[in-house]
Amino acid sequence: MKYIRIDKAQWAQGLAAAEKAYRLFGPVREGAMLNFAALAPGQAPDLDGLNTRMSARSVVYPQSEILFEYTVDPNDPDGNVLKEAPAPAKPAAAVGIRPCDAYSFLLVRRNFDAPDVKDVYWLRNYEATTFIGLACDHPGSTCFCTSAGCGPYSEQGLDVLLQDAGDAYLAKILTDKGAAFLAAAGWFTEAPADSEGCFSAGKEAAEAKITSTVETDRLAEIPQMALYDANFWEDIAFSCINCGTCTYLCPTCWCFDIQDEVRGKHGIRERNWDSCMFPLFTLHGSGHNPRGQKVQRVRQRFMHKLKYYVDKYGDGIQCVGCGRCIQYCPVNIDIRKVCQLMNRFGQDAACKVA
Amino acid sequence: MIAYTDKIRDIARRLLKDCRVETVIGFRNGSMPMMNEPCFIKNVDDVDHLIWDGNCGINLANYLTNRTDKIAVVAKGCDSRNIVTHIIENKIKREQLVIIGVPCKGMLDKRRIKAMAPGEVTRVVEDGESVRVCGAGFEKTYPRKDMLQANCAVCIHRNPVIYDELVADPVPEQQNVDRYEDVRAIEAMSAEEKWTYFENLLAPCIRCYACRNACPLCYCPTCFVDESTPQWVGKSQNPVDVRTFHFLRAYHCAGRCTDCGSCERACPMGINMRVFTKKLEKEAFEQWGWEAGLSLDQRPPLDTYRPDDPQDFMK
Ligand code: SF4
Ligand code: SF4
Ligand code: SF4
Repeated sequence: MKYIRIDKAQWAQGLAAAEKAYRLFGPVREGAMLNFAALAPGQAPDLDGLNTRMSARSVVYPQSEILFEYTVDPNDPDGNVLKEAPAPAKPAAAVGIRPCDAYSFLLVRRNFDAPDVKDVYWLRNYEATTFIGLACDHPGSTCFCTSAGCGPYSEQGLDVLLQDAGDAYLAKILTDKGAAFLAAAGWFTEAPADSEGCFSAGKEAAEAKITSTVETDRLAEIPQMALYDANFWEDIAFSCINCGTCTYLCPTCWCFDIQDEVRGKHGIRERNWDSCMFPLFTLHGSGHNPRGQKVQRVRQRFMHKLKYYVDKYGDGIQCVGCGRCIQYCPVNIDIRKVCQLMNRFGQDAACKVA
Repeated sequence: MIAYTDKIRDIARRLLKDCRVETVIGFRNGSMPMMNEPCFIKNVDDVDHLIWDGNCGINLANYLTNRTDKIAVVAKGCDSRNIVTHIIENKIKREQLVIIGVPCKGMLDKRRIKAMAPGEVTRVVEDGESVRVCGAGFEKTYPRKDMLQANCAVCIHRNPVIYDELVADPVPEQQNVDRYEDVRAIEAMSAEEKWTYFENLLAPCIRCYACRNACPLCYCPTCFVDESTPQWVGKSQNPVDVRTFHFLRAYHCAGRCTDCGSCERACPMGINMRVFTKKLEKEAFEQWGWEAGLSLDQRPPLDTYRPDDPQDFMK
């Protein structure tokens, strides 16, 4: 494995060079919050905060994305032709993405890159993105990544992993894509020989700081219908206001809605994020809504992440442990508690969340 | 606050034991600092889950809409005003309710407290007139009155206006409060300044609708933004659609909003969309001397006509 040392004095200069070949995304301060967004020319990613309010999902999968456009104007040479929305000219790089967010794309890929169905838009954006991760040396109180398939130094889904080494970043090159980005930035300085040791020591120290966990060991073996009919859903769902906070902030939520918008003779088809928490999400044309009740929608969100996904793919839960839904749910519905209730189904005599 | 909690539990226990209600709606301890979770209690053995402190900012009137059972509900000043509004608007019947009134001392502004802290806040302790904010390697104490939600700082109806039980003696109402300083500041802006101000205000909105859904007034079976036949509003992040949602929602709350602050509190992006509803609250006050939810005997100004209604707006 190759390690590069990036002096922080060369950081801005390197990013300026990389900007010529890449569209850069990263954590940016917007008022009181840190968000993951496109960097303005010359803007440095803000790497001091922990995770961003919105995940890095939108780099690959924007909240609103135009799929194609058309005009029915007979005088337009392109009249009555569906034109695919132009792909961005340059590839993208997500600089300072946290390991949990990078890992989330591997989970989401199962949906957009299935053996039988390929989502060309998602795949095009994903393949055009290089993921330059930053290891989390100071995980937060709601980070439970280590029990959700990744961790503060997880390399899954990353092309480069950076470690903050004071006056420099140590960069562990994980893929050719990662090497190409570092080359575009002009960062070539070989790191000191003990870099591998720095990473493993950093990993151990960071993992030791994770205080939050989820229990998932029994989820696969409990029968689906038994969990579906469990007696705790009403209690869990009561406070939920069915907003889109948990699903929109979550890096692993993938549901969308397709809309046509027309103005005069010109029209677009776009796709927008959608949420299983919204009643409209499942409303049929007939007027029937198979998930018309709040409790059904709340159950769906947790059953999908913690049971159906587990059963379908056999590779853990559809959650990377970023903690956003716990931090920002307006009524404090906590996936860790729900996961525990589900995992202990049939074991705990009392199913009390409080 | 401990005294409030004990009293709420006593009342809940008595009401459930005497079968006066089937359900008690209140708050239980949250898993995060400055967060409590709305909950329902049906069983006498569970009443000790109920708690009260400065983190009960979600408006519980929201949980009463169209219920058919007999319910006891814990209500601070603004919740009680929304309960009045709910009763007037036929969303619940007075006879179904036992209102456990809480004289309110204001809710903590979790966003401000987090923003002021030098690191992640892991514990917040209310101690009489002060608030202790703790995290890894820091502990800070602030006067409680400086840490209140913006709407609580200018609240003039802290005591429940309608109740069947009261958990403590009424608290003194705040006097000489300037409720509309923020609205006047925006009114004083030029058209361009206003445009920029609103554009910036709503730029972070992700249309999660937490503001709408946390609001007890927003009970329409299908919100206009969710209508699909015909579809009134686009669903993308187009700023025109985002603004349409906010402006129209605010108008739908005109003369009904109690400035409980649930909407702002719920927003994951920290947007103060309250400025819209507050402007309309100010209008209702200045035009008709109206404050929402103070009386069961008066119709709200926008669903009634009085011959002496002001008509200066007709030009
Ligand atoms: S769980 Fe929380 S964040 Fe998710 S829809 Fe319900 S209230 Fe909103
Ligand atoms: S479910 Fe919650 S903790 Fe898990 S990845 Fe999504 S937002 Fe993060
Ligand atoms: S809660 Fe905030 S982000 Fe969500 S729709 Fe309302 S203003 Fe927008």
